Amino acid sequence: MRVPLSWLREYVDLPATETGRDVQAKLISAGLEVETVEHLGADLKGPLVVGQVLTIEELDGFKKPIRFCTVDVGQANGTGEPQEIVCGARNFAVGDKVVVVLPGAVLPGGFAISARKTYGRNSHGMICSSDELGMGDDGTKGIIVLPPEHEVGTDAVELLELVDEVLDIAVTPDRGYCLSLRGVAREAAIAYGLPLRDPALLDVPAPNAFGYPVKVSEPAGCDRFTARTVTGLAPEARSPIWLRRRLQKAGMRPISLAVDVTNYVMLELGQPLHAYDRSRIQGAIGVRRAEPGEKLTTLDGVVRTLDPEDLLITDDRGAIGLAGVMGGANTEIADHGHAAGASTEVVIEAAHFDPISVARTARRHRLASEASKRFERGVDPLAASAAAQRTVDLLVLLAGGTAEAGVTEVIAPPAPHTITIPANHPDKVAGVDYGRETVVRRLQEIGCDVYGQDELIVTVPSWRPDLTDPNDLAEEVIRLEGYENLPSTLPKPPAGLGLTDRQRLHRRIGRALAGAGYVEALNYPFIGEDVFDQLGLAADDPKRRVVKLVNPLSDEEPALRTTLLPGLLAALRRNDGRGSHDLALFETGLVFQPQDELRVAGRLPVDRRPTDEEIASLTAALPVQPLHAAVVLAGAREQAGWWGKGRPADWADAIEAARTLAREAGAELLVRQGQYGPWHPGRCAELAVVIDGAEQVIGYAGELHPGVLKALHLPARSSAMELDLDALERASAGVPKGPHISSFPVATQDVALVVDQSVPAAGVEAALREGAGELLESIRLFDVFTGEQIGEGKKSLAYALRFRADDRTLTVDEASAARDTAVALAAERTGAVLRGA
Amino acid sequence: MSAPNKSYDPVEVEALKPEEIERMRDEALAAFAAADSLDALQEAKVAHTGGTSPLALANREIGALPPHAKADAGKRVGQARGAVNKALGARQAELEAERDARVLVEEAVDVTLPYDRVPAGARHPLTTMMERVADVFVSMGYEVAEGPEVEAEWFNFDALNFGPDHPARQMQDTFFVQGPKGADSDGESGVVLRTHTSPVQARTMLDREPPVYVVCPGRVFRTDELDATHTPVFHQIELLAVDEGLTMADLKGTLDHMVQSLFGADMKTRLRPNYFPFTEPSAEMDMLCYVCKGESVGNPDRPCRTCSSEGWIELGGCGMVNPRVLTACGVDPEKYSGFAFGFGIERMLMFRHNVEDMRDMVEGDVRFTRPFGMEI
Repeated sequence: MRVPLSWLREYVDLPATETGRDVQAKLISAGLEVETVEHLGADLKGPLVVGQVLTIEELDGFKKPIRFCTVDVGQANGTGEPQEIVCGARNFAVGDKVVVVLPGAVLPGGFAISARKTYGRNSHGMICSSDELGMGDDGTKGIIVLPPEHEVGTDAVELLELVDEVLDIAVTPDRGYCLSLRGVAREAAIAYGLPLRDPALLDVPAPNAFGYPVKVSEPAGCDRFTARTVTGLAPEARSPIWLRRRLQKAGMRPISLAVDVTNYVMLELGQPLHAYDRSRIQGAIGVRRAEPGEKLTTLDGVVRTLDPEDLLITDDRGAIGLAGVMGGANTEIADHGHAAGASTEVVIEAAHFDPISVARTARRHRLASEASKRFERGVDPLAASAAAQRTVDLLVLLAGGTAEAGVTEVIAPPAPHTITIPANHPDKVAGVDYGRETVVRRLQEIGCDVYGQDELIVTVPSWRPDLTDPNDLAEEVIRLEGYENLPSTLPKPPAGLGLTDRQRLHRRIGRALAGAGYVEALNYPFIGEDVFDQLGLAADDPKRRVVKLVNPLSDEEPALRTTLLPGLLAALRRNDGRGSHDLALFETGLVFQPQDELRVAGRLPVDRRPTDEEIASLTAALPVQPLHAAVVLAGAREQAGWWGKGRPADWADAIEAARTLAREAGAELLVRQGQYGPWHPGRCAELAVVIDGAEQVIGYAGELHPGVLKALHLPARSSAMELDLDALERASAGVPKGPHISSFPVATQDVALVVDQSVPAAGVEAALREGAGELLESIRLFDVFTGEQIGEGKKSLAYALRFRADDRTLTVDEASAARDTAVALAAERTGAVLRGA
Repeated sequence: MSAPNKSYDPVEVEALKPEEIERMRDEALAAFAAADSLDALQEAKVAHTGGTSPLALANREIGALPPHAKADAGKRVGQARGAVNKALGARQAELEAERDARVLVEEAVDVTLPYDRVPAGARHPLTTMMERVADVFVSMGYEVAEGPEVEAEWFNFDALNFGPDHPARQMQDTFFVQGPKGADSDGESGVVLRTHTSPVQARTMLDREPPVYVVCPGRVFRTDELDATHTPVFHQIELLAVDEGLTMADLKGTLDHMVQSLFGADMKTRLRPNYFPFTEPSAEMDMLCYVCKGESVGNPDRPCRTCSSEGWIELGGCGMVNPRVLTACGVDPEKYSGFAFGFGIERMLMFRHNVEDMRDMVEGDVRFTRPFGMEI
């Protein structure tokens, strides 16, 4: 809502010294979001005067038609001689009154005017268009031609009201009444403690039986319909400058007198109005819902197929308007330029429509109008008669019309809304002792009727349909007393439990991975389904079942991720493309798995707590959303430098990242040879944990498949790991137990075992560990060797075993015996042969 | 002390003459002093203290002396050998110290060599910013609550007093999830990507008995195109307190405490009336500009980039929990009241750390993230 300060002052006697910024500050503190204060004509400097065109000489030979004019500007140029001006516009004639800017003046935008030679003539100033004067669009696209009554030489800065300040207010949905000068003026009056001249306080004639016939068949959608008729409008009448200027400053375009007047009254009182050309309506005006398949061409020229819920204005032929949203083209007011001649008789509609019905119709037809914006947010139903009267008055005044005596009013007004609150309710909400007197005074200021002592019975004003609950009244009192005056106190929450184990784990995992050199990336969860082909997922892979969006940002990515890899690999590629080649990235985030059976999440009641079953029905309609963790690596894991060679990132780093997570989670991770979609079939580890006694695969790690790398344009040998962090957490062993530390000496034994290449080291180690028994303190693989000495298809695994007893120093024989049983079990399980044996 | 020489034996051994022993001792001392390396000292040691050294040989001669002379000679030789060994030890220590000092000089390195063998990793500043804000409240006794990102409309809107036709419901540009398509369904699912972290409020109230004091950090979604100041996926942190007798003054104090924790003891907040369906009264909250402390306002000589010389920085929305929300979430509004607030983490990162473009936060460029390290 744009509010010219000069217009606002018509209703409140603001101190003359108050600037737009001052008023802005007051209104902001009262809760109106005044976003900007525009200072119109701030840099404007005259002389800018009314002139009369004396002669026009058409100049030929230029790319566009040019006129050399002489203009009478009276004594404004100091000489009284005609002013010679070159002009490129053509929408004026000899004798027209125009606006002339003289040398020495500065137009908005810092445009300084001086005498200059142009098109072979001397030009001493300019004949102005509304654009050049910063007046906004007036629809003419040419220079301003003034009505003839204005005197030559008159100062045009004042005449055209070029200097003003305009407050631009973003009106919140609860403050529909502030979509009017009346509403903003009320707030300004309260903020300054000044009286309000309410423009809706008009004498309105009583309704009678001979007004234009109106039949409301849908009182639920329309509880008030006022119709008035004005006849004898002068066809040539145009909106006066003051009216046009106010519309322009408020951001509307002047169109024709009748339309301008309805817009003006809407801005003033907040009541949307519609003017019908009476000669184009047939029979009584009706209000009803649309019939299936019914059509209407709205004023914007669009043919709309109506919905049975749409509320319509009709005449005998059918629909003539979408109630509260937009009128129909078939009864449009014609202005003086219209072929059929200007409208001389109009029927004015001032009605009150159901906000929800209007909102739905506006949304359904994607048709947000000034009217629908106001009806959706609530219009004062009691202002309708006054608004109709004001429109009639202005048409009579400005167009020489005659108000017909007939006054139609169809009324089914709702009872006034009453709220009962304890007088100290605002005090309790604010934590401030305002006292009953202040509470009552503030409520009366906003227009409430207040009765009662300790219990206040508050009847809210008709323009405040947003006031429905006790807290709404509390807010009114608190905001008018000033949010800035609220004290600052701290509540005392009961002692909390701090972060949960799960929350701690998530932080720890982030730190552990960052500590290992990984950089966190937070990627969008949107994916396209073709990425599953690029990742080499099987046709029946469950990850291909996705949650889809109705309105994705991009049709390329209409689904939610089931794996973190697409986003993370895109970040890897982006970094690589920007010249960072040695990369280790990680992400933890939710993935989204549709339920086996899709359900609709119902709309539960809000007037009570839903039952546990009802809540469970919502949960059942949501996808499963486990937390995943993933890493990707490319380039060097260790850089080359003065210390020696570097080391490329590889499959082992990816698996180690999984082990890092398992360590942080306190879970035992089973790593085994695996094969899965995106990974190199020979360099892929399947990651598993034991949850409640059952083994569960929770992810994969290793080098990515060369085909995948190619399809996704990723660096060669990139590696990746992804696992289900929720599952890993469930596999946690819980609180670590403090180990018993033996102080007896250690006995070490090294063994080298030769096995087939295909035998996994993990199996050999497990056999050694089990075979060595309880004396084994630790086991470590310190070398893997292949070569001729070992034999084709074989490898040698060298282990360091450390033995120690709790209660004695082990003898060499004891240690050797333990080693031998270890080797024996490894031989039995894996075919291992002691090297050199 | 030796016995008196009562019966002097005229047999004399040349090598045991006092002047002879002194000479041997002095030669040894001179040789040690002359040794300029541990190797040379080793040679001198063998020559002067070894089994065939003059003093050792002289020592053997003592046995040939008559008993009454033995003690005397033994004493002389012993003293000489003592002096020699002491000098040897001293010289040995001296030369070792010299050697050790030399080794330290030789082992010197250039400590200015860089070491970026494994470049440092980092956590995303949005993650650490959320943790930092959450920790302010955890230290006050609040707990951290979480909820799903794909959420039922009822939690995201209805329970929070956004009715089906509420104009505010249209303000939010919501991603809707496709539902089942079939004979008895038009594909509407009643499921959305949550547009704010506020549904966690509703979930928490349904889960717990008051008093409730929680913060809810998380990721939220709106259908904005990515540009320098918008991203369709962003982060919020939400606070909810429900207890007996909570007031707007408590809300204000809690906000003040938060900005003081994050930006310094002289910070404060400002509330301006606003409208949100889930709070009543509602307010927009600003914090004092932590850079200029408001001194740039009306002071063209000291413009402030952080607050555009406004003096205040817009943080987010807040208010007293609308009693209708309490009712829908099973909390008795007659007994309990509550306050809530929420704000965007991206914005806070922008003004607290001078991040100029939101796209930097979503692209995952390691050059952006690394400088933020482990915590902020």
